[in-house]
Amino acid sequence: MNEPAVSELVVSGLHVRVGGQMVLNGVDLRVASGEVHAVMGPNGSGKSTLAYAIMGRPAYEVTAGSITLNGADLVDLSPWERAHAGLFSTQQYPTEVPGVGLEIMLEEAVAATGGDRSAVEAQVAAEAELVGFDPDLLYRSLNVDLSGGEMKRSEAVQLGVLRPQIAILDELDSGLDVDALAAVSHRIELATHQDNLGVLAITHFSRLLTVLHADVVHILIDGVIRETGGPELAAQLEDTGYDPWVDDRSVAPVEIHLGGDPWP
Amino acid sequence: MIDSQFTPEAAGAIPGPDWLARRRVAAAEQVAASAMPSVEEELWRYTPIGQLDLGRYQLATDAGAQSPTAIPGHCAIADTSNGWLCGIELTPETAAQGVEVRPLGESDAELAASVDVDLFAVMNAAFSVEPVLVRVPPGVSVEGPIVVRHWIDTEGAAVFPRLIVDAGADSSVEVLELYGSADVAAFVSPVVEIRVASAARVGYLAVQDLGPKVWHIGSQVSHIGSQAHMRASTAALGGEYARMRLDTHLSGRGATGDLISLYFGDGDQTLDFRTFQDHAAPDTTSSLLFKGAVDDSSRSVYTGLIRVRPDARGTNAYQTNRNIKLSEDAWAESVPNLEIENNEVHCSHASAVGPIDGEQLFYLESRGVPTETAERLIVTGFFDEVLDQFPVLEAVPAVRDRLQAKIEGLSHHHAIERSGSGA
Repeated sequence: MNEPAVSELVVSGLHVRVGGQMVLNGVDLRVASGEVHAVMGPNGSGKSTLAYAIMGRPAYEVTAGSITLNGADLVDLSPWERAHAGLFSTQQYPTEVPGVGLEIMLEEAVAATGGDRSAVEAQVAAEAELVGFDPDLLYRSLNVDLSGGEMKRSEAVQLGVLRPQIAILDELDSGLDVDALAAVSHRIELATHQDNLGVLAITHFSRLLTVLHADVVHILIDGVIRETGGPELAAQLEDTGYDPWVDDRSVAPVEIHLGGDPWP
Repeated sequence: MIDSQFTPEAAGAIPGPDWLARRRVAAAEQVAASAMPSVEEELWRYTPIGQLDLGRYQLATDAGAQSPTAIPGHCAIADTSNGWLCGIELTPETAAQGVEVRPLGESDAELAASVDVDLFAVMNAAFSVEPVLVRVPPGVSVEGPIVVRHWIDTEGAAVFPRLIVDAGADSSVEVLELYGSADVAAFVSPVVEIRVASAARVGYLAVQDLGPKVWHIGSQVSHIGSQAHMRASTAALGGEYARMRLDTHLSGRGATGDLISLYFGDGDQTLDFRTFQDHAAPDTTSSLLFKGAVDDSSRSVYTGLIRVRPDARGTNAYQTNRNIKLSEDAWAESVPNLEIENNEVHCSHASAVGPIDGEQLFYLESRGVPTETAERLIVTGFFDEVLDQFPVLEAVPAVRDRLQAKIEGLSHHHAIERSGSGA
């Protein structure tokens, strides 16, 4: 095992436009190795946009600001180049990819960085055991016919094999049963300790933070971070909701539909 | 009027049983009296049929080389070369079961139905030099596929392969037909007739992997009897213009037909499919899945009709055609149709033409799979649903390899275009 790398994801002054609308209006964040940051906010505050923009999803247009990993600017890189740089992201509703299995995807990802493709099978088996992912499901197409819990366990397997420096987890707890959430959260925390993984966990509810323990909590409203604090901020949020941070200058929830299945 | 060397005299000169010679001449007379189809006709819309000059082709007089494609595990194999039969082998066990694989003989007149769905099927009746019969006696289950390999290596050859599959009641058989060619310009116009008697089970797979200068206009006509099951598949990979028309008649009560095909166009190919699911009896089921991809400046056409006749209550009929457009210059047309004359039926159709799914691509890329590799994985995965359902399992690895070779050659100008819209 390598020395745990020290990495830092820095988001500064990030402005993002999606479908003609400004969704992020100057987000500043720093996530370092080993840290767990939570970004919390109401619907439409820009949480998922932040996750997608960091990962470089097409049509999420950075109009100003920067995203850097260890000082290198990511904004002009494609998603796979960002993954090679050390980023990983999970989606709230992972995309089904018919006919493409978990192992072949990971083999291609590992091979593309010059890694050993032949080691992937054993790594997948070990990671699957660690998070209680049924080995029979390894041969299914990615996210096809999987429950919410199975999908997130699958993503935890991917994280375990790919060993990213920074993971962005979008609504990790959505659609998850308690056991799966515990298993996946445990795997992520293990990575923060063993591999010095830095985590940016995006969530609507403080429930997630009872199993995934955040060092830093940010409150995102209308595309800007309104407050940053420790875990006590999440506790306060539990009592008050988002009202104390919401001013009256806006709050039109932004619904975004992109891409779409051309074969519904 | 067709003005070419495809005359009744030429048809009459082809050796064979008397009944067949008479039928050839009659068909050739019909050909001589016919006009070439035109794109004005619905069935020939979107095609380059106007470019077909039959005068460029003539019946090949000799066999040349044989197909180099080996398929493991077959129980019988027949080879044609430039249309001429040049070898038939059956394992002793298969022959002992009474299975026949042979050219048509003097007493087979009633076996060869008239197939006149279009001009080219009639030309086939006139100019098919050595039709092949596969006959399975009632109650016999054949182990391993019966393989019929066609190879064309004469420049300018016109070849009219004809295969008749006659599966007796309660029999079971799988038949694989392979079409391949050397790098020659040729005209290949096959007809396959499949008769599935009551309670019989037939799997049929055609692998069309002709060279890029070959025109292919074929017909498959099947009749499925009561409680019988047919799964008929095509992998269309080669040809300059390659067309298959499939007429599937669900003739007996409780008949089932599965039509599962794939096609992959690249270069300047045009791949064309016309399907008819004809429900003529009660409680019949047909399900059709055609998946295709078009790359470079290739084109594909799918038009399908589900017809439910008045007596065919309790019909279940499904038709799905999905296409991936892999390049800006590629083009796919998909036209499903229903014609229903009975109310007690379940029918559905779906069709789609679209680029590689952007969300799937993002998912794989966000794991570190480079764009081009991700596209190949997605396109390969797209066809898995079809390959997983193909009959004649012995042939699937070869089809997979050929398909993969085409996928490896994906053009990538579209990827460059898309990256311009990113963050």
